[in-house]
Amino acid sequence: MSTTSDRLDGIPAAEVADVELYHPRSWITKYVFSQDAKIIGIQYALTATAIGLVALALSWLMRLQLGFPGVFDFITPAEYYQFITMHGMIMVVYLLTALFLGGFGNYLIPLMIGARDMVFPYVNMLSYWIYLVAVLVLAASFFAPGGPTGAGWTLYPPQAILSGTPGGQDWGILLMLLSLMLFIIGFTMGGLNYVVTVLQARARGMTLMRMPLTVWGIFTATVMALLAFPALFVSCVMMMLDRLLGTSFFMPALVEMGQRLNHDGGSPLLFQHLFWFFGHPEVYIVALPAFGIVSDLISTHARRNIFGYRQMVWAIVIIGALSFVVWAHHMYVSGMNPYFGFFFATTTLVIAVPTAIKVYNWLLTLWRGDIHLTVPMLFALAFIVTFVNGGLTGLFLGNVVVDVPLSDTMFVVAHFHMVMGVAPIFVIFGAIYHWYPKITGRMLNEAMGRIHFWVSFLGAYLIFFPMHYIGLLGVPRRYHEIGETAFVPASAHTLNAFISVMALIVGAAQILFLFNLAWSIRRGRPAGGNPWNATSLEWQTPETPPPHGNWGRDLPVVYRWAYDYSVPGAARDFIPQNQPPARAAE
Amino acid sequence: MLVAIALALVAIGSVVFHVMSPWWWTPIASNWGYIDDTLIVTFWITGIAFTAIVLFLAYCVLRFRNRPGHRAEHEPENKRLEWWLTIGTTIGVAALLAPGLIVWHRFITVPPEATEIEIVGQQWQWSFRLPGRDGRLGAVSVRLIGPDNPLGIDPADPAGQDDVIVEGGELRLPIGRPVKVLLRAVDVLHNFYVPEFRAKMDMVPGQVTFFWFTPTRTGAFEAVCAELCGLGHAVMRGRVVVVEESEYHAWLERQPTFAPRLAAAQ
Ligand code: HEM
Ligand SMILES: [Cu+2]
Ligand SMILES: [Cu+2]
Repeated sequence: MSTTSDRLDGIPAAEVADVELYHPRSWITKYVFSQDAKIIGIQYALTATAIGLVALALSWLMRLQLGFPGVFDFITPAEYYQFITMHGMIMVVYLLTALFLGGFGNYLIPLMIGARDMVFPYVNMLSYWIYLVAVLVLAASFFAPGGPTGAGWTLYPPQAILSGTPGGQDWGILLMLLSLMLFIIGFTMGGLNYVVTVLQARARGMTLMRMPLTVWGIFTATVMALLAFPALFVSCVMMMLDRLLGTSFFMPALVEMGQRLNHDGGSPLLFQHLFWFFGHPEVYIVALPAFGIVSDLISTHARRNIFGYRQMVWAIVIIGALSFVVWAHHMYVSGMNPYFGFFFATTTLVIAVPTAIKVYNWLLTLWRGDIHLTVPMLFALAFIVTFVNGGLTGLFLGNVVVDVPLSDTMFVVAHFHMVMGVAPIFVIFGAIYHWYPKITGRMLNEAMGRIHFWVSFLGAYLIFFPMHYIGLLGVPRRYHEIGETAFVPASAHTLNAFISVMALIVGAAQILFLFNLAWSIRRGRPAGGNPWNATSLEWQTPETPPPHGNWGRDLPVVYRWAYDYSVPGAARDFIPQNQPPARAAE
Repeated sequence: MLVAIALALVAIGSVVFHVMSPWWWTPIASNWGYIDDTLIVTFWITGIAFTAIVLFLAYCVLRFRNRPGHRAEHEPENKRLEWWLTIGTTIGVAALLAPGLIVWHRFITVPPEATEIEIVGQQWQWSFRLPGRDGRLGAVSVRLIGPDNPLGIDPADPAGQDDVIVEGGELRLPIGRPVKVLLRAVDVLHNFYVPEFRAKMDMVPGQVTFFWFTPTRTGAFEAVCAELCGLGHAVMRGRVVVVEESEYHAWLERQPTFAPRLAAAQ
């Protein structure tokens, strides 16, 4: 495989000419209403982290209730359901999606493809501000009459808009729907930007098949999100109409607490199909950027080319495409036509193949590598372990009949936390340790980083691995208290208490991480421009942190792929993407 | 070194935990042992894959960690290896899927001799309806639900007159007879789940869903609700008592039927 071009005239020109940027004139336009993708990325990341901490705090409260039922009697069933709903929705949408696409997407795409900025900087700025409003609306529901919705993050009607569910007949569900709609609008603005930027604004020589996998992951995830979120948007609109105007999109004739309601003819299953048509791709919208980023972390810190780059790109694209035809694996026991089970189980298990290939390629990148056990590498290893674990339990739940006893039990909770909670979060941690030096010019403190790693990795594994077995017993999810149940032995309560203690410890380790982030801005060791000796373009900027416009006077020219590590004959064990071939031997 | 040991411990520890775990599925009480078998197959295949991958990871960290003078090998692709791994994975996945689909086919194919019974979910209790002497359940509609007719049985349907209604109490079933459980909800989604029977299905207002099973063990089993249905979700419990056939009929005879109840109301 040819990974470098020998001559400059063999290098295709950039798609669009260098553009004039709008330069900020004041502190406000530089740091607040900024149009610089890097600042917008940081704004996204900080906002997502802030609301993510709320979700983390909610998980503590939930775990206190589950581990020590009856002790914390201020947690009523209503509150418990509100907590799980807000925790789940915040984690999936407002934290992970926003952080990967809005945060890392904004910061990294222009830098990694050699552009000065996103192609539509003004729209990009609007995207962030609409996201912020969405977060504020969501947070406001904690203070609204009746509190936030307790419908579960899946918001299934009819219960989501009925009085037996917290927030169903109050403000909670409405604010949730409104916030989601705002989020989608804001995301669409940003998402179009990322896609067009990747397609149009790559530096001279940056062909698609030379892009770092981080960009491939974020790019594919963004395309998917643009296709998937509309399904959620229309369901939000329809549910809002059902709730406010008494339409019956999702509402059949029903009797609530002895009262016949004025709805008729709607279909609760229609909502589930729409929700999961969004919801399943959403899992991969979070996973694909994580796949991409972790590939780059592994390659850089193992000083070895990513193994099977072309296969990795194709796997990302194929997984992205297939993930639009597996949605009903969340609905095997929903009452849909049971024959769908054959189709969706098959598509779901087919996805396992490209996913497994990615895992093999990560392993084969480490194999015969030169593994530096830096903090980013440690988190990448933790990602592999948790992702493989969660991916394999996906083969239980995806295999239709095996899902029957397990669905809606704690097994599911353990599975999706492993695969789409813990694993992507580890990638985020690794990515922050990796790129923080570029963002701030300083290294994060290594000792604190290691403590953070050990507690988070072992702790999270101890939380979620044993949880599968509680589900195997038959304990349903979304139970604020399992109570006296014939098939639940006393030892299960002890295990629950243990899990809760671990959850508190893991949570506490995150405080250390936040402290490290703040402390190192001033006190961290100065990083220089390329502390990890990495090849991709963001490490080759003339200044660190890169200023608005990224590249100084001249845009970089790209001569090779992003994985020229340990090339035989080269003097150093990495060759930057913008290094001309004649100089590679230097 | 420490990292490699930790990774190996995770792999081995998980297997040990699995083998030693006192938390395991409940002793089965239905014909769905096939599901347990498929689960066991899945545990084996995924367990082997997990242990192999994590141990290999530990090996790589140990063997290829950075040492002075050590350099990584540059090897962009290896077609043969990639093909072997793809083929191996495809076989493993097919070995999981094939038995899964076969058992699923059984799961959704109700034997013709199965008796139809009905379970109705409503916030937050279960009701049961069993066919009387005619062996058939009468027609129902949510629109007919009222204080005297909690399940909305059609008074005009002769098949419904002898239907037995059990509200909030326990469901009795004869051992060894396949039952097709018709599921209805009058307000929101619910899911009637008895872990010992393995089977479950959501109840959806506006439609009738089903699953079938054959009780294989007498005894009392606790039913829980496995679909979020609002504040009382966790306390929405029920009981199924599986008894010998003769005992079942004696019990059924004693239960009030729909017709007299309707007459009393009118
Ligand atoms: C140490 C960190 C975490 C802990 C201790 C934790 C704990 C919990 C608990 C106790 C529940 C409720 C289970 C139930 O009763 O059904 C839950 C639900 C959930 N969590 Fe987490 N969680 C953590 C991190 C995450 C992350 C990172 C994500 C991101 C994907 C996430 C996503 C969810 C979702 C989607 C739900 C389902 C909510 C629902 O049932 O509607 N969690 N979590
Ligand atoms: Cu899915
Ligand atoms: Cu329920």
